[in-house]
Amino acid sequence: MEKEELKTKIAELLPAATFEESGEWLNILVTPADWLSFAGQLRHDERLLFDYLFCLTCIDFKTNLTMVYHLSSTTFRHNIVIKSVLDRARPEIESVSHIWKTAEFHEREVYEMFGVDFLNHPDLRLLILPDGWEGKNPMRKDFEDPVNMIKL
Amino acid sequence: MFRETEIVKDVSSIPPFPQDAVQGGGGAGDLIINVGPQHPATHGVLHLVITLNGETIKKVEPHLGYIHRSIEKMCESLTYRQFIYVTSRMDYLSAHINNHACALCVEKGMQIEVPDRAQVIRVIMDELTRIASHELWWGAMAMDIGAFTPFFHAFREREKINEIMEETCGARLTMNYYVPGGLRADMHPDFQKKVKEFIVLFKRKIDEYDELVTGNIIFINRMKGVGMLSKEDAVSFGCSGPAARGSGVHCDIRKLYPYAVYDKVEFDEILETGCDSLARYMVRIREMKQSVRIIEQLIDHIPEGDFQAKTKAVLKLPKGEFYTRVETARGELGVYIVSEGATTPYRIKFRSPGFSNLSALDSMARGSKLGDLVAMMGTLDLVIPDIDR
Amino acid sequence: MWSLTNISTGIHDWLIQTFNPTWALIIEMVIAGIAVIGLFAVLGLVLVLMERRVAAWMQIRLGPNRVGPFGLLQSAADTVKLLVKEGMTPDGADKFLFNLAPFIAMMVAMLLMVPIAFAKDFQLWDLNIGVLYVSAVSSIMVISILMAGWASNNKYSLMGAMRSGAQIVSYELSAGLSILTIVVLTGSLNINDIIIAQADGWWIFKGHIPVIISFVIFIIAVTAETNRAPFDLAEAESELTSGFHTEYSGMKFALFFLAEYINVFIVCAIGATLFLGGWMPFHIGNWESFNHVMDYIPSSIWFFGKTFFLIFVIMWFRWTFPRLRIDQLLNLEWRYLLPISMFNLLLATAIAILGWHF
Repeated sequence: MEKEELKTKIAELLPAATFEESGEWLNILVTPADWLSFAGQLRHDERLLFDYLFCLTCIDFKTNLTMVYHLSSTTFRHNIVIKSVLDRARPEIESVSHIWKTAEFHEREVYEMFGVDFLNHPDLRLLILPDGWEGKNPMRKDFEDPVNMIKL
Repeated sequence: MFRETEIVKDVSSIPPFPQDAVQGGGGAGDLIINVGPQHPATHGVLHLVITLNGETIKKVEPHLGYIHRSIEKMCESLTYRQFIYVTSRMDYLSAHINNHACALCVEKGMQIEVPDRAQVIRVIMDELTRIASHELWWGAMAMDIGAFTPFFHAFREREKINEIMEETCGARLTMNYYVPGGLRADMHPDFQKKVKEFIVLFKRKIDEYDELVTGNIIFINRMKGVGMLSKEDAVSFGCSGPAARGSGVHCDIRKLYPYAVYDKVEFDEILETGCDSLARYMVRIREMKQSVRIIEQLIDHIPEGDFQAKTKAVLKLPKGEFYTRVETARGELGVYIVSEGATTPYRIKFRSPGFSNLSALDSMARGSKLGDLVAMMGTLDLVIPDIDR
Repeated sequence: MWSLTNISTGIHDWLIQTFNPTWALIIEMVIAGIAVIGLFAVLGLVLVLMERRVAAWMQIRLGPNRVGPFGLLQSAADTVKLLVKEGMTPDGADKFLFNLAPFIAMMVAMLLMVPIAFAKDFQLWDLNIGVLYVSAVSSIMVISILMAGWASNNKYSLMGAMRSGAQIVSYELSAGLSILTIVVLTGSLNINDIIIAQADGWWIFKGHIPVIISFVIFIIAVTAETNRAPFDLAEAESELTSGFHTEYSGMKFALFFLAEYINVFIVCAIGATLFLGGWMPFHIGNWESFNHVMDYIPSSIWFFGKTFFLIFVIMWFRWTFPRLRIDQLLNLEWRYLLPISMFNLLLATAIAILGWHF
């Protein structure tokens, strides 16, 4: 499906979504509350079938945290980008690991690196950081580590 | 775990490994063993906590981070010219292809036209890297399942590629040959001759590989029906590269979203439908032959011209987001740059193929034997720095 | 003609003449003991070097070539290194059993030397149940491996020991059955009788297909019994790091290592004795003159030549094949080798009764 078609289709599914088309792919901004049901629709809707979550990450914009999901369909070969702005003080969003299994690992990475709390995640533990890591989340912009980090 | 400033004097002060951290384990008759971080089969510092019942695997739990260098964070303070060099250290077996992804991303943001000569040399280099990487995988995987000899045979041919790389790039592992806009230097005068010699040699040797390993009855028994990864699971786990193509998922970025000159060369995307370790093995073996085919088409037709486009001294990507994907030897590598218009990326994310492929290991391994786990890890072709980044 | 027999008889005669018979016997025993220990050490060194050379040859590299001429002293240097290394005992280990296990492994290997005929009339003890003795004593080996695995208090060691236990006990059956084929054909358990019976041709040539089948089964089974690749599950490097000897270091490890190679030598010696005629030169039926020419080659050379050929075959396996999985390993034994060798034994018995062999 082309960008425009995707846009109309998604507007039907989620009227609250806002679009942004500056980049290569269609960007859709959803609220964290809408995300879980919307994700299910993206995955299972017969004309969308976004079954391949190829990138899941988070960006720290200092004022907020933005979750970014890059989705692709192995059937129709269309791509979209979903973004969701989270509160920086208490970042919470529903886990989508039961929809796309790869999300389980990627969400664990985002959890430890950015401190985003994924609700209903089956196994939300530290993955890369050592056990018993305390302190700030390393990938946030205000993280400082005078010992191991060299500022250029 | 411990900073350089804290020297551990008393060993007993180290907290014991938390047993309750292993979920689903610890039941009666269960044996929990730690494979890694130092273990002959993990090819690096992967740490797997395996719950066993006798020889049967009940659960595999990867613990990562032993070689986590936080390349993403590091790149945030490096300029667009500098950060490419760090990425050679991610998937060190396909350094060229990592560099390619980053160079493409910057070129996309800056809208730089890369000269044809650079593009063709890049593709040749990428494919040589792919062959070298698959060679190492082939040897290491055979060693994992107990055959030591193939390792040396694979290294004999890999050495030839390394020599070619060394002449042109000056390095054998972390090449750092691609820069935004083209190549760092022109190819070596002997490049074409050496590559052609290698191709002639390699075509003969790849049949030898089949004789030595592929046709072996023990090998086939070890691989067939082991580590089943269904097509749906492969997509859901975000697998890519040979791991997914062994399950019949059409996912070759070179075909789906062609970059450089991949749309101008003829090659087949290898698909196997066995979904098991043997299928993933065969994909890689056949892929090497396709790489040879690509190189053969290009090596005599390297266009004359510049090897580097004229670019500004200081690169500043416009504000926005840029995502490029390339096909490394292990699968889809995505580079996601968020730019705020500065000389350094605001946020950079590497979607590494190994990380997603590893997430499928648990579901593949459950219920199989301990010896199979090694075969599965072998056919997933895990490169740990690529997973940890 | 020069041969080991003449030397041993010479020594024996001289001792009998010089001392009274009791003392002569005691001195002979001491000499035999020293000879076994010496052979043990020399064989270990030679076999390790041979293994490394064969491996290097198969893997297109040079192998040891720095210490001494052509690297001949490499394994001696390794031995010195292992001798001066610290023999560590882990804290949680059962110290007595942990330290005992390598010695049992070595003692078993030494005991197995007893009935082997190294040359014509050159044997430590001409046991009338030689073959039975070998299969009985060799099964003690599994105890040392289980002991090592259990006492190490290491999960890898334990798993390696368990695998090895299952493996050795299973493969002993088909090894025993294939030995029985020859016993049936010869009608004797005595190793010397078995060799004499091959004076007009080795069993592998005159025993028809059943003997060839049992020879193949014997080679497979003893490769498994000695924990050599492709059946090296007990120490499967990529799965269990080092299996049952993960925790061993220094000389204790070296004893396991030596015992492994000596066991390889012994099973190959038994194989050579049973199927390839031991020290018996290559004879063909009643070609008297040909047989006479063959007799000029000393019997010890025949014996060692055949044994080292079999050792080479086993090394060849190791550097060519991938490793089996534990369930495939046991399937191979219980589903294929055991039924085949049982049927094969019946066939051999029928041949022996009807006198169909040459």
